[in-house]
Amino acid sequence: MAEAIATRAAYGRCLACIADKYPQLVVMDADLSKSTMTADFKKVAPERFINAGIAENNMVCMAGGLAASGKIVFVSTFAMFAAGRSYEQILNTVCISGLNVKIAATHAGLTVGEDGMSHQMLTDIALMRSIPELRVMVPADGVETEAMVEEAIRTPGPVYIRLGRSKVPALYDEGTEFEPGKIRTLREGSNVTLAACGIMVDKALQAAEMLAQEGIYARVLNVSTIKPLDKETILEAAHETGAIVTCEEHSILGGLGGAVAETVAESWPVPVLRVGIEDQFGQSGKPDELLELYGLTVHHIVEKAVKAISLKKAF
Amino acid sequence: MSQLEMGAQQWTGPAGNFPLTDIARQLRRDVINMVWAASSGHPGGSLSCTDILTYLFYQEMKLRPQEPAWPDRDRFVLSKGHAAPILYASLARRGYFDPAELSTLRQLDSRLQGHPHYGALPGIEMSTGSLGQGGSTAVGMALAGKLDKKDYRIFNLWGDGELEEGLVWESVMAAAHYKLDNLTGFVDWNGLQIDGPITQVMNPEPIDAKFRAFGWHVELADGHDFESLAKAVAIAKATKGQPTLILCKTVKGKGVSFMENQAGWHGSAPNDAQRLQALADLADPGTPGDPAAQKEVNR
Ligand SMILES: Cc1ncc(C[n+]2csc(CCOP(=O)(O)OP(=O)(O)O)c2C)c(N)n1
Repeated sequence: MAEAIATRAAYGRCLACIADKYPQLVVMDADLSKSTMTADFKKVAPERFINAGIAENNMVCMAGGLAASGKIVFVSTFAMFAAGRSYEQILNTVCISGLNVKIAATHAGLTVGEDGMSHQMLTDIALMRSIPELRVMVPADGVETEAMVEEAIRTPGPVYIRLGRSKVPALYDEGTEFEPGKIRTLREGSNVTLAACGIMVDKALQAAEMLAQEGIYARVLNVSTIKPLDKETILEAAHETGAIVTCEEHSILGGLGGAVAETVAESWPVPVLRVGIEDQFGQSGKPDELLELYGLTVHHIVEKAVKAISLKKAF
Repeated sequence: MSQLEMGAQQWTGPAGNFPLTDIARQLRRDVINMVWAASSGHPGGSLSCTDILTYLFYQEMKLRPQEPAWPDRDRFVLSKGHAAPILYASLARRGYFDPAELSTLRQLDSRLQGHPHYGALPGIEMSTGSLGQGGSTAVGMALAGKLDKKDYRIFNLWGDGELEEGLVWESVMAAAHYKLDNLTGFVDWNGLQIDGPITQVMNPEPIDAKFRAFGWHVELADGHDFESLAKAVAIAKATKGQPTLILCKTVKGKGVSFMENQAGWHGSAPNDAQRLQALADLADPGTPGDPAAQKEVNR
């Protein structure tokens, strides 16, 4: 297994590693390069690092111009200011024109911690996945982050990559091959499916372990590409396990839970219960305290799984 | 959880004759203690604007700390919301709430959120934290004052790096367009943002000429000198038909030797030893060392 590392750290390290391999790569930041870790890239390729200053909207549109001129552009800032503040620039400049801009947004979710609600982006998956043409990725560990950065470079057009502030345990071995866009089944099971992304994947695996002790066999999916969604794997899970619990460090509205519920509702309705932040703002606190308070815990996933199974009969 | 004795000293009476220098030193100690207790937060940009807030809250603004919603009060908007620690300290020592609560900064369920939250605490006039937005809300408050024919004044504080946000200039344009002479802007001109000097990251200079070109009256002030601030504010109040900017030359980390002019202290908390050194730098003259430094119960 690889080491525990924050996905933002893996991102910065990866950019620095591939700077030479892709001479058309340009990296932009908005005065947060030491936090988003794009400073790693700046160190090795300062001439291709562009600081936009504290001006996220301008950064996104400048990236559009660079991309229209043949560059592959990564733009980074906190998810709140990337997906939130610059939502309309992402839509109207980048995505409308299918430009080669890769938005790598860090410090997503509650685990921003002490900075509090103004910095805790809980709705970016919902916002980003509702924009046509935009691919939305949420890597679950460092190895997957690196794979997704390279995948984003190889895939023409706009991409949103959601990254976190806190360290996450390694799920994959160094050098693991990923099939782009495909959901990974991390654990087989037939009673219920736990479909998770980001930091919640590890918690879903722990929940599956606890459920197994009760004789409940949960399938665990790492849904790291939220759009376009690997519907086939989701529907297979609906069909074979009959109940799904989604797990995400995001509002229960419109994110992974929304994507999964929409998919099964249209083709193979089964109960879908959502673990996430219940339509409310965050607050200041330590990341672990916040996950506990807002119900993003192994225990809560287990509870929802049991409930989802009990609801099967009703359908 | 840390237990920190903040000291109960408050200055609650009508503004006018408070010992501003002593208050500012106390507020700076509060900033250090709060950020230390939270193990996170923004000391550099809190210390650079401490004297500006001290002047406004303890000398200038018409306030009723016991009646925070008093309709005729002056309003202060901290557009650079990451300087929340100095806003909280200013409010607590002015009588808005018990200074003991300052030690809860950034903790779960605290009213002292990482960035100011409107309604969470008495005296917070607007939620801020996402840079560039506070100035626009101050324009809205100034417009409301005109609509209601009230003579209260609005004071807004921007960071100099914050001026890189385009939205700031939309608000600056609107304030001049609507001739909001009841609005006074301050820029905490400390020359630094997170990634380094403002002139190297994304140069917002010349700040004074930009504001003038947008239709504002501009005064320069020493942001660490109360007389200089008083003079500039007096001119702002006498200036009719346009808003005034007071461009305040400041030092990021002011008062703590090892934090001064260091971009690295933008958003990092001091460790135990650094805290004690900072408190020594900020000790009241004539005292062997700040007694607050000894009052720590445990951590
Ligand atoms: C819209 C937005 N972008 C980025 C940030 C992150 N951020 C917090 S403080 C800061 C630097 C602010 O610099 P400046 O305005 O000069 O503040 P000061 O030096 O006075 O603390 C940045 C980029 C933010 N809070 N809001």
